[in-house]
Amino acid sequence: MMRHKLAGYGGAALLLLAVSIIISLSIGSAGISILDVWGILVHQLPWLSYDGTAWEANQIAVVTQVRLSRVLLAVLVGASLALAGAGFQGVLRNPLADPYTLGVASGSSAGAAFIILFGYQIILGTWTIPLVAFVTGAVTLFGVLWLSRSKGGGMSVETLILSGVIMQAFLGAFVSFMVAMSDGVVNQILFWLMGSLATRSWDNVYMLVPFLALGIPLLLFYAKALNLFALGERHAAHMGVSVERTKLIVLIASTLLTAAAVSVSGVIGFVGLVVPHLVRLICGPDYRLIIPLSAIGGGLFVLWADTLARMALSPREIPLGVVTALIGAPFFAYLLRRHKIRNR
Amino acid sequence: MIEACSVNYSIEDKAILKGINFTFNKGKMYGIIGPNGVGKSTFLHLLSGVVEPTAGEVLLDGVAISAYARKKLARRMAVLQQSGLPPLGFTVREVVQMARYPYQNWLGSEQADGDSLVDEAITAMGLDELRHRTMEQLSGGERQRVALAKLMAQEPSIILLDEPTTYLDIGYQLQLLDTVRQWQRDKKLTVIAVMHDLNLASLYFDELLVLFEGKAAASGSPAKVLTDELIKRVYGASVSLVAHPKSGVPQIILQPNT
Repeated sequence: MMRHKLAGYGGAALLLLAVSIIISLSIGSAGISILDVWGILVHQLPWLSYDGTAWEANQIAVVTQVRLSRVLLAVLVGASLALAGAGFQGVLRNPLADPYTLGVASGSSAGAAFIILFGYQIILGTWTIPLVAFVTGAVTLFGVLWLSRSKGGGMSVETLILSGVIMQAFLGAFVSFMVAMSDGVVNQILFWLMGSLATRSWDNVYMLVPFLALGIPLLLFYAKALNLFALGERHAAHMGVSVERTKLIVLIASTLLTAAAVSVSGVIGFVGLVVPHLVRLICGPDYRLIIPLSAIGGGLFVLWADTLARMALSPREIPLGVVTALIGAPFFAYLLRRHKIRNR
Repeated sequence: MIEACSVNYSIEDKAILKGINFTFNKGKMYGIIGPNGVGKSTFLHLLSGVVEPTAGEVLLDGVAISAYARKKLARRMAVLQQSGLPPLGFTVREVVQMARYPYQNWLGSEQADGDSLVDEAITAMGLDELRHRTMEQLSGGERQRVALAKLMAQEPSIILLDEPTTYLDIGYQLQLLDTVRQWQRDKKLTVIAVMHDLNLASLYFDELLVLFEGKAAASGSPAKVLTDELIKRVYGASVSLVAHPKSGVPQIILQPNT
């Protein structure tokens, strides 16, 4: 029953994603015709020999180096953020939790911005940025959890989000301050606070892949335990779930995914909030469906948001975070309102 | 067999339980009674292993309960919580199915025929017509029946009940305890329940354990434990005791002080 549902919804979502990738690849501000775009892409396939005459070198570069990597990066960033959101919501049993509202994204961006702006990447090579982002993101998360924990050990939905907002305001100011102190330009402040996928490269794509390759199976493995969590932590413990271990691993996996996404794209808000909720509305509360479908849905959401960001006022770009916030913030308001009505 | 060996529990230096020693034997129904705030629910949490005693230990078949893996423990022991199940988007069947979690391997499949056990439990609790409804569509009493069906599907040999009848009307109270006792007799279960209602406790349980001032104040059969002297001492209430006209167990008639 669950497997049929997964195959049905998953297949449909993957198909939609494939079509979206094709459309997004075909449009752009460089003025290359759709026919040329696909001609270039098809001839990149290794088993088709390419004689190198049909297209100009800069056209090939635009399509393979800029557009293709950006489209794939949008999908991967979206998948990471939506998975992280699903993980946070499941383990904290808080419908309003996501990497952005919890402040984890801001924490990660502070760490990543520090390393990039002051040039400390050399210590661990490519992995320095995401690892530092993970550490600062995790510290922020535990700070937020500590702030919102009441005396009895409970944690109200609203207090948690309020603590996240406090952290976000503080860390956002910290990031802006760092950018101002470095030789950076206003553009970079925008990048770290509002997120963007412009001027990213294949290196960023390769960097995200291992995090997703680790994060997806880990969260899927705990999907069943997250279903039991929905009944309450004690209920879950009585039914055989190792509560503390599940919490720790899901929180770590979600923070890792957030850190990796933030390292390449800055802070893109609300993806982890909007996507798992839409998935829940369509196919119910089962995390064995929510987790894989959120990954695909997150990819779809950010891909379209980024396509909009680069095309709406072309050749000018809107920061990606602006687009997701314009969609996400009203959605957040709706969820908050619904939550309050339910608990009255 | 569950043994509490000089179990102590304190919250922020305030001692709740002060050295409780008691042995729960296999195949009997135990009721835990005592005044409000005496730590009955806390004691049950300690027995279930989700809370660790500050000092002393709880043994299940001679092994410390903290040494059991959570899944292994869940195959032996199931708990019905006072708070009941929350209204969720899961259907009745999905919730009852969750009880099979401790029997499943990491791929989510199990050796026994879990599905038919789940269906049996649903039928036993008269939930057949509600099986595809979601939890949010049910009343509190119906959700309590789902909780009990879930308990059955977990196939425990020990069940712990935390004030199972508190939010139910008398019809459902009797129905629930009848079901539990029938099930207990069929499967030779050990039942340990925190009870608020002394008359129900007297009617359904083999042995009562009275907690008072952090200690086990008395224990034994209801006829032995429920005396007007003990009730005066523990609850500070004067009562008249009468024998139940059918079963002869003691029943309490309340008496106003003025």
